[in-house]
Amino acid sequence: MIDSRTARWALGAAMAAGLAFIYLPLAVVLVNSFNASPTFGWPPTSLTTRWWSAAVDNAGVREATWTSIQVAAAATAIALVLGTLASMAVARYEFFGRDVVSLLLVLPIALPGIVTGIALNSLFTSFLGGLTLMTLIIGHATFCIVVVFNNATARLRRLSGSVEEASMDLGATRATTWRLVTFPALRGSLFAGGLLAFGLSFDEIIVTTFTAGPGIQTLPLWIFQNLFRPNQAPVVNVVAAVLVVVSVVPVYLANRLTGEQSLAGGRM
Amino acid sequence: MTAAAWLHRHVGARLALLLAAPLTWLIAVYLAPLGLLFLTAFWQTDSFTGLVQRRLTTANFVDVFTEPAYLTALARTVGVALVVTLACIVIGLPMALFMAKVAAPRWQPVLLALVLTPLWASYLVKVYAWRTILGATGGLGLGAVVLVLTYLWLPYMVLPLYTGLTSMRASLLDAAADLGAPPGRVVRTVVLPLLAPSVIAGSIFTFSLSLGDYITVQLVGGTSQMLGNVVYANFSTDLPFAAAVATLPVLVMIGYLLAARRSGALEQL
Repeated sequence: MIDSRTARWALGAAMAAGLAFIYLPLAVVLVNSFNASPTFGWPPTSLTTRWWSAAVDNAGVREATWTSIQVAAAATAIALVLGTLASMAVARYEFFGRDVVSLLLVLPIALPGIVTGIALNSLFTSFLGGLTLMTLIIGHATFCIVVVFNNATARLRRLSGSVEEASMDLGATRATTWRLVTFPALRGSLFAGGLLAFGLSFDEIIVTTFTAGPGIQTLPLWIFQNLFRPNQAPVVNVVAAVLVVVSVVPVYLANRLTGEQSLAGGRM
Repeated sequence: MTAAAWLHRHVGARLALLLAAPLTWLIAVYLAPLGLLFLTAFWQTDSFTGLVQRRLTTANFVDVFTEPAYLTALARTVGVALVVTLACIVIGLPMALFMAKVAAPRWQPVLLALVLTPLWASYLVKVYAWRTILGATGGLGLGAVVLVLTYLWLPYMVLPLYTGLTSMRASLLDAAADLGAPPGRVVRTVVLPLLAPSVIAGSIFTFSLSLGDYITVQLVGGTSQMLGNVVYANFSTDLPFAAAVATLPVLVMIGYLLAARRSGALEQL
């Protein structure tokens, strides 16, 4: 513990300042979505809910949201399967090249997104006949595997392997042991990992830019395209505000359903 | 012998079954394209026809390292990534210290959630928010890029610092203080050395994410270009050159990751 009163006060002030720094821009987004002035003069002189109804009626926003949900769900499903398999291997076995496998899993998020993006883009366009919804899902799944893997591996390391051995000594097959022992213990961290993967995919823009087929628009792509159109600014503001508010949901869900602290957001 | 019994006796076969799908996926849709991209960097685009000629040449790399504009972009990018990483440590360390060592245990998860929740808010929305704020004050440019990137990646630094601090034994800090070290010196000589793996773990993200960013630069950077913008601008007209430029951050990151692995920081990701 830190005992000096001055130090405690100074750290407290730094914490408060840090939180203010973190939340100030988000507050601006929320207030701006109600700003009655179409040029968004600051501070707002009067408030309106007009932009919110305009956003709900916007077909582009609705379609883009639906596309994002489909892509994120598919990418998450793939990542759950592949990430769990990899974590069982890395956490439960000693083998030559285990470090290399861990490094390979981390690579897609440790290297800059634009590199992953153009690498996948040239693979898909030169060998697999172009970009589609499928190529977008493949791109997303690739960087989602690691978040599931990290969550599952952390849990498996804490869960002693002897529990599984006991189950098998008592006559359970590997499949039964997985169903009755390992999976129930992993469920919480798989949920957290899946939630992270979903959030990561839903928000991704760089790899998306390079792997989405023509005409496919995810929500981030829609926002980016409309950011510079002055007449769309009010709707963009509302979408931004909704995304800020909705970001509380996964954190709340994970806290309630898993009681785990593994909810790091984005990448960890 | 049943298949299950056979599997039970063959560790190698079980391992192969577990690893086959994830490794096939990562090699086919990640390593292979990455290798292909690296190969492309040694090809060239014919300036007349605009077609890629598959003949090995180092011309793209010579261009990158002799053209002052690209060297400036490289230096600027690494510089921005370093400053952002440092800023995240300077802002994040006091916050992590407060959360782990000052705040009452009951408040710790709440503070952690407060710091991490914004990670779930859309990246674009956050950059857009800063564009609104900075645009109103006319402060767009390289400074704005550093500010916004620091804002975006701060939680990635606070989390590993906090985790590292909570697992650090309080008696070590007490001992230093009992022996007469003022708080600043305790942080410098005890906390920071023990925290090195956490700092490295956090910096992998702050550094890598800054190296490759081009969207924040487009939105708040004014006219200054970073490597990501050079890659993006050349991608459709001159893929080999874009690939050569993209190789640079990859080399920087691989060096960084290898150094990080040696320090044991990867276990903390």
